[in-house]
Amino acid sequence: MDALLLEGSAKTPHVHFDPETGLLELKGRSIPENSIDFYKPLIDWIDRYGRDPRQKTALHVQLEYFNTSSSKCILDVFKKLESIRAAGNEVTVLWHYEVDDEDMLEAGEDYAGIINVPFRMVQIEEVDDK
Amino acid sequence: MLDRIHDLYDELERQRVMISFKGSLTEDLITALLGLVERKMQTIEPDQRVRKRVFNVVTECLQNLFHHNAHLKLADGQAIQTREPHGVVMIAQNEQGYSVLTGNFMAATDVDHLKVHLDRINTLGPDELRDLYRETLADGQFSTKGGGGLGMIDIARKSGGKLEYGFVPYDKDNAFFSLNVNVTP
Repeated sequence: MDALLLEGSAKTPHVHFDPETGLLELKGRSIPENSIDFYKPLIDWIDRYGRDPRQKTALHVQLEYFNTSSSKCILDVFKKLESIRAAGNEVTVLWHYEVDDEDMLEAGEDYAGIINVPFRMVQIEEVDDK
Repeated sequence: MLDRIHDLYDELERQRVMISFKGSLTEDLITALLGLVERKMQTIEPDQRVRKRVFNVVTECLQNLFHHNAHLKLADGQAIQTREPHGVVMIAQNEQGYSVLTGNFMAATDVDHLKVHLDRINTLGPDELRDLYRETLADGQFSTKGGGGLGMIDIARKSGGKLEYGFVPYDKDNAFFSLNVNVTP
């Protein structure tokens, strides 16, 4: 299967999902008016990847901003990972937050409390959206 | 009309308005307004947390205007149908921090539901708001736009204060909704 590569924009994150390495990245900002349209291809991709995943999958989430329209879609991404993990694979979410951005740290903790996948909180200096 | 330009300028200055806009809202226009807010906040607000909170609140408020809109505008006291969503937004500084004001026409049938929702949010403290946010996030209900009732909860969390709101009944189908969100450090 092919990697999913989307360039970031003013309202959507940079996406790089690599099926060879099991490394999934979501970086930048996620504030589109219609998040369902944006996230559908991402969720479909993970669905297909989940049929034959790497033994280890890591999703790096490095967001500067996300809107509430994105938050349920991001939860759906995590739910797909939850099923990959439930099938016996190793899955980790690495939730990046900028120094002093307690709101973003809390947002990560909120997801970690809902989703049955190990989360690692990673403090960074600044979101790198490249 | 010419005299009023001076009065308008004076009033906007006095209210310490950073950005104000009234008219049709498109996705591109929202992107442009958010860009302005972000650049302006970079120059005037040293606290990154406050900058981010203001940006978040403005994003949610503008997207509420965009999604929950009766597509009406007032012209000579008459509400007329518009093609795009229509509304007003003002972002101002005040002694405590920032104020994000928005207004738009909405369906009268949605007023009671929104009022109950806002009143409930206004009774909750930070920890209870966080619990409500988590519950609403986890309940699996999506609205057609994706948010599923998280918007106002998130706005209240980022505001740190009570949401000030009002409804002006317009006709049997529509009401004008005004919201003021104060963001304080």
